[in-house]
Amino acid sequence: MPNSSSINDEQVETLITDVLEQYGYDFTGYSRASFKRRLLRLFSLDKQVSFAEFRYKIANDSTYFKRFVEQITVNVTEMFRDPVFYKALREKVFPNLGTYPFIRIWLAGCSTGEEAYSMAILLKELNLLNKSLIYATDINPTVLEKAAQGMFPLSQMKQYSENYIGSGGTKDFSSYYSANYSLAKFDNELKAKMIFSTHNLVSDHSFNEFQLILCRNVLIYFDRDLQFKVLQLFDNSLEKLGYLALGTKETTDFSPISKRYKRLETEKIWRKLSDEKL
Amino acid sequence: MKNCNALVIGGSAGSLEVLIKVLPKIDINIPFPIIIVVHRKQGTDSLLSELLSTKTALIVKEIEEKESVLPGTIYIVPSDYHLLIEKNLTFSLDYSEKVNYSRPSIDVTFQSAAEVYGDKLVCLLLSGSNSDGVNGLITVKNYGGETAVQDPLTAQVNYMPAQAILKANIDKVLKIDEMSDYINSLS
Ligand SMILES: C[S@@+](CC[C@H](N)C(=O)[O-])C[C@H]1O[C@@H](n2cnc3c(N)ncnc32)[C@H](O)[C@@H]1O
Repeated sequence: MPNSSSINDEQVETLITDVLEQYGYDFTGYSRASFKRRLLRLFSLDKQVSFAEFRYKIANDSTYFKRFVEQITVNVTEMFRDPVFYKALREKVFPNLGTYPFIRIWLAGCSTGEEAYSMAILLKELNLLNKSLIYATDINPTVLEKAAQGMFPLSQMKQYSENYIGSGGTKDFSSYYSANYSLAKFDNELKAKMIFSTHNLVSDHSFNEFQLILCRNVLIYFDRDLQFKVLQLFDNSLEKLGYLALGTKETTDFSPISKRYKRLETEKIWRKLSDEKL
Repeated sequence: MKNCNALVIGGSAGSLEVLIKVLPKIDINIPFPIIIVVHRKQGTDSLLSELLSTKTALIVKEIEEKESVLPGTIYIVPSDYHLLIEKNLTFSLDYSEKVNYSRPSIDVTFQSAAEVYGDKLVCLLLSGSNSDGVNGLITVKNYGGETAVQDPLTAQVNYMPAQAILKANIDKVLKIDEMSDYINSLS
């Protein structure tokens, strides 16, 4: 019999219930396979010995709960991840949005901010940064603190610079940051147009109307029902003719909002055609 | 094994040519899904499914997240995501840290499949130059599944199958031209 998993499926459900009751964080709609894998990872990282103790700690120690949220969520990200996607923003989305007097952008599940700085660089190169505002939100406050610092490992810059070029960038990527020991500190000018805030896609409401919403590689962690609910939230937060962008493996197909959206050819970008509520 | 519910094939360097030789000989009526996890460069995924679909009459598709796992279909794990399988037999993709310097990681999918399919799972590890997949095979065995590897003597890069033989309990060591008969006999 398998002994590798020290937490069984029933115990996973118990923890989800505890966390909802104690802290109001609702993970019931999360994909269980990934959630369980993260739980087991945390359990072994922290050298927990029994489920009972682990459970007690999560439910009663709010400092440890903070760590729980940090570790259960997957915060892996990159600058200009999927360069072709950013190229499509450059060539197909911003030429339209650029005609607006003001551009409000929501990055939902922005993690440590690499996406936000990529977006700011794009806007700056298109001369749109001045009239744009980037709302970058995440469930995890710790990643937002990092994002606000705008410092990323210098060792990543070679990769990011290649991504940047792949996205159609023509400047010297290193002109956007200064090297500071092992870190690359991005220009404050880029940060000036960002607002960081915690926002839980499961339980928090729409807080503004946007012309562009990006939510990339977050929905993969949700089951279909929760995905539909979150897509509805985006729909409520998007202006008519606004754009919704998802990760390369995510889609609005199958969801009730899909009828009102038209996909941009092969990109994972959809345009909202009508405002009618269904 | 009879009544196999899923076959997962993992491979790295040197595994593509094995797949190209084996897939054409797979019975088009196989009653279980075949899930293929291979290491490769980012952004080349549709190329792989396109290439492999020219080698078989079976449906070959790159996995979409939350789609149902269907029998008689060959699924390719997209590059740069880990593949997990949910208890309700749907696929989940995951963008967490690399495992064994790899994403997708073969270990991750073997382990996830083991939890879901238990003793109705067969995992086959092919040619490759790192040891991704070896721990996964150990888990598969713990759950009562069947483990198979490419005969290292026939592997372009023998490290991966050789490590598996060394560290895990392997039921079948297969030469390339034995693989299709083996797979066809699983039903
Ligand atoms: C894999 S990262 C994606 C980062 C970035 N968007 C990208 O594509 O590179 C997923 C992010 O979603 C966040 N997240 C998970 N559940 C969330 C929720 N309920 N509300 C808001 N953000 C959430 C995680 O904290 C994490 O930072």
